[in-house]
Amino acid sequence: MPDPRETPLAVLRIALLVSLVCSMVVAGSAVGLKSMQLENRRVDRERHLLAIVGLHDRALSATEVAERFRASITPHLVDLDTGAYVASPPGHDRFDPLTWEGSRAATDPVLSRALSRSEDIAGIQRRERYAVVYKLMKGERVDALILPVRGYGLWSTLYGFLAVDADLDTVLGLRFYQHAETPGLGGEVDNPRWKALWPGKRLFDTDGELRLRVGKAWGDDQDSKWRVDALAGATLTSNGVNNMIRFWLGPQGYGPLLKRLRQEGF
Amino acid sequence: MNTSTSAKPRALAVLFAPVFENNPIALQILGICSALAVTANLKTALVMSVALTLVTAFSNLFISLLRHQIPASIRMIVQVVIIASLVIVVDQVLRAVAFDLAKQLSVFVGLIITNCIVMGRAEAFAMQNPPLPSFLDGIGNGLGYSVLLIALGITRELFGSGTLIGYRVLPTVADGGWYLPNGLLLLPPSAFFLIGLFIWALRSWKPAQVESPAFRMAPQVREQEP
Repeated sequence: MPDPRETPLAVLRIALLVSLVCSMVVAGSAVGLKSMQLENRRVDRERHLLAIVGLHDRALSATEVAERFRASITPHLVDLDTGAYVASPPGHDRFDPLTWEGSRAATDPVLSRALSRSEDIAGIQRRERYAVVYKLMKGERVDALILPVRGYGLWSTLYGFLAVDADLDTVLGLRFYQHAETPGLGGEVDNPRWKALWPGKRLFDTDGELRLRVGKAWGDDQDSKWRVDALAGATLTSNGVNNMIRFWLGPQGYGPLLKRLRQEGF
Repeated sequence: MNTSTSAKPRALAVLFAPVFENNPIALQILGICSALAVTANLKTALVMSVALTLVTAFSNLFISLLRHQIPASIRMIVQVVIIASLVIVVDQVLRAVAFDLAKQLSVFVGLIITNCIVMGRAEAFAMQNPPLPSFLDGIGNGLGYSVLLIALGITRELFGSGTLIGYRVLPTVADGGWYLPNGLLLLPPSAFFLIGLFIWALRSWKPAQVESPAFRMAPQVREQEP
């Protein structure tokens, strides 16, 4: 006599039942914990924003991070196509610049547009229409501009920030808050010694053309202020960082914003 | 090999046998990957130990509760579904309450799904035993894993960076002290050496754990002239 558990109907029933219960448990935990996770992500981003301009020097609590952030950094929503500051994205009255993530907006068909293959050098497929940039304030004066950047490396999209001095040319730093590159190879983008190569580099040449690149030395640009040494053993991640810089500082990225700021000031 | 064959394993034995008598890492050589990856400091080792112990215990409990319903033909898939769900819940909780640690542990919490200890206990113990002993067996195997991870974490963090859970214990030369940290201990291979030493020590203490060799090398044959 066959085992009653082994009839097709019984097998199907237990499979469905287990899947149903498990999916409810998983979905329940994901939804129930979402607000705490988003809050953690916000604090983490703010930590990175403070760290990139040297304001996160020791272990700060979440409230200290929030205080310092609000005291020194002013976020602005930017229409990337025109470079103008806007109050809120259309249809988002309860817009909060502190929780806005461009990469999330890029999944919304209204708030983003698909990039053509030739435009999409950073490998991000869709680009948000509105991005939040951050001004570092020293009293009334703008000290630095911090731009969110992202792009595809070898395995993963790298999410990070590029900080530029108020002259809109000198790099103050680049750091990533999320990626899944190979630890020890592409993951060395987090290595402090590599990150230390960035401050002081220049973005544009004298004609205003974007010139900064990540790569090997060619000929006489050994000590060039327009070149950051690529990571050994991580060519594709280095290329990804290079493409990311070229995309986000180019006409599809913050180009219109930088142009406007150069003409009109902050 | 283990206690799963006896009809009514005693609770204490089920709980503590996996710590030294039948350690999942040292005797069964399972779960090595995460033991190498997360033990460079004690804090991640502790969190990983707790996460794995919880997953093993509850997966054993739920699988044991369902053991009379699960058809043999799809039992592995059912086990994996239950284990995977538990791991996702643990991962979500970590991201909500310990974000920095969750980032440091990165993929290794998710990889608990493929940790052979969890699946091994589900298949070897929970499918044949009632819920309570199965739960204890899960805790016990989690403890066995934890003992090794914590030992590795203490050794590697203390001698590799001179700290324990981030607090300075040995003043390093870089900070004006006398201790020169051993950088090798921060790299994954050092965990291999330490696990090897641990297994050697354990098997010297309990010679019954020494396996008989699977084959014997033939005495070296003299090379033939062509």
